Amino acid sequence: MHILLRGRDIANIDQLDVYEEHGGFEGLKKSLALSPAAVIDQMKASGLRGRGGAGFPTGVKWSFIPQHEPVKYVTVNADESETGTFKDREIMEKNPYQLIEGSLICAYAIQAKAVYIYLRGEFWDIGDQLDDCIEQLRAKGYVGADIMGSGYDCEVYTHLGAGAYICGEESALLNSLEGYLGQPRVRPPFPAQKGGGLYKEATVVNNVETLANCPFIMREGAAAFKAIGTEQSAGNKIYCVSGHVKKPGNYELPMGATFRELLYERAGGPLYDDRGFKAMLPSGGSGPIVPLTDEVLDTPMSYEHCAEIGTIIGSASIIVMDESVDMTWVASKVTKFFKHESCGKCTPCREGTYWLDKVIDRIMDGRGSPDDVKRIADVAENMQGTTLCALGDFAANPIIHTIKHFPDDFAQHVQAAEVE
Amino acid sequence: MPIIENPKYQERIQQHLAKYETKRSAVMPLLYLAQEEYGWVNQQGIEEVAQLLDLDPTQVKSIAGFYTMYSEKPKGKYWLQVCTDLPCALRGADEFHAWLKDELGVEEGGTTDDGLFTVEHVMCLAACDKAPMLQCNFRYVENLGQEKMRELLAQWRAEAAQPVGD
Repeated sequence: MHILLRGRDIANIDQLDVYEEHGGFEGLKKSLALSPAAVIDQMKASGLRGRGGAGFPTGVKWSFIPQHEPVKYVTVNADESETGTFKDREIMEKNPYQLIEGSLICAYAIQAKAVYIYLRGEFWDIGDQLDDCIEQLRAKGYVGADIMGSGYDCEVYTHLGAGAYICGEESALLNSLEGYLGQPRVRPPFPAQKGGGLYKEATVVNNVETLANCPFIMREGAAAFKAIGTEQSAGNKIYCVSGHVKKPGNYELPMGATFRELLYERAGGPLYDDRGFKAMLPSGGSGPIVPLTDEVLDTPMSYEHCAEIGTIIGSASIIVMDESVDMTWVASKVTKFFKHESCGKCTPCREGTYWLDKVIDRIMDGRGSPDDVKRIADVAENMQGTTLCALGDFAANPIIHTIKHFPDDFAQHVQAAEVE
Repeated sequence: MPIIENPKYQERIQQHLAKYETKRSAVMPLLYLAQEEYGWVNQQGIEEVAQLLDLDPTQVKSIAGFYTMYSEKPKGKYWLQVCTDLPCALRGADEFHAWLKDELGVEEGGTTDDGLFTVEHVMCLAACDKAPMLQCNFRYVENLGQEKMRELLAQWRAEAAQPVGD
């Protein structure tokens, strides 16, 4: 059963009347009958964790918002720019009202004045679609003044980015929304604190998929959500599968299903029958790569189990590579991505990604030495933990973990150079 | 005609100004309007946006330069941006991108002599399950191959040959 990709089960759920016929806005209605604090308690009890990648408990995040502050905001992170991620796009295209309902539940829980949905610029057509949805909701009293007769007022707006991965980082997103360069802020103050959020007001920033879970939780109850998944990873998750599989696409499964079930039973196994799987990036370009061994394939896809195999589930953007793939090339590709997307604010990330790219190019060209492999590992390690946001850490991951798991792939390039 | 005086943009300018707490927040949407009017973000557009928002043109220019979807030079009538990031590259996007440049006889970022097509590669566009893919003037075209692409190029050439206003 889909909780998120309901567009696959219910025809025309992107139409408001159809959405309402299938329980739409019951979650918001139940929320409005409770106190804001009681909604936050429900969210905490559900065990929902942030689906953007970090996995932070959603109810706890909401509870950080100081209740006494007169102005608060919700910002929806619909920047969806992590390599290999295409889940939020399907939620918004096929089930847009569920995202807006979830956003309004969050807004009510923190008593926000307005919701801003920050979409990556390429999603301008989804922005138009959401603007239409918002107008329909306004006409029916779900958005604007006195929502559903509750006395609570809230506006919902869309905003388009313009091509910058970094704006998926919450403080860069807020800067971008305020019309400044999309670069991360120094924290504290955190977005949830006065001074740290949108227009310096306390702000919740949540991912699309996270908020799209909230209507189910409020409609069916926190216990129904908590019953799905594993102990520390409640609910369903959308897994975006790309690369060398027969059927790439989005798959919604309970957290705790295994990689084997996802990659073989759902995604159809290896793209080419004569080539086995070699490795995967389970969280797009930013998480540690892992070899696709039997142990890894049998690992449940949850926050806690992925930590045991040395990686993260993150946004669950699973990029699969078969045995024909050279991991030096993978490291090069992902490094070029981060070099392009580094915002340039912090020196270790700006300079580190630049030099990593240069040296990997040299290795790929057959002009590298074994020292170059040590050099990039050293540069990558020195980038970790030294930047204002996680991009510097993300950019180090493809280097550190490809070298760790696939040293032979690097050795073949530098040995070839020595022979010449 | 400056966008501020062009009736075509008045409603959208007012909507964008109304939805934010500060004028400055409207810089990104207004830059899109300038790009729509002039085909790229030129100095004229920068100065008009700056004037509308009480900003210095340099501040507006820095925003235009930071984001890749604002073009700081003229592009072809069809701006083709091929995703060559890892998931697409695993499904042949690098080869497709190289073929497309050959087919049109352009270098990376170049525009065909007839001014119709600009080709460049871009980072992940969140369509990894439909690779190879590109965006043409920000519209996604997915599940591409050489045959389908040749048909599209022919279609766009024919479309461009139509007299304006038809």
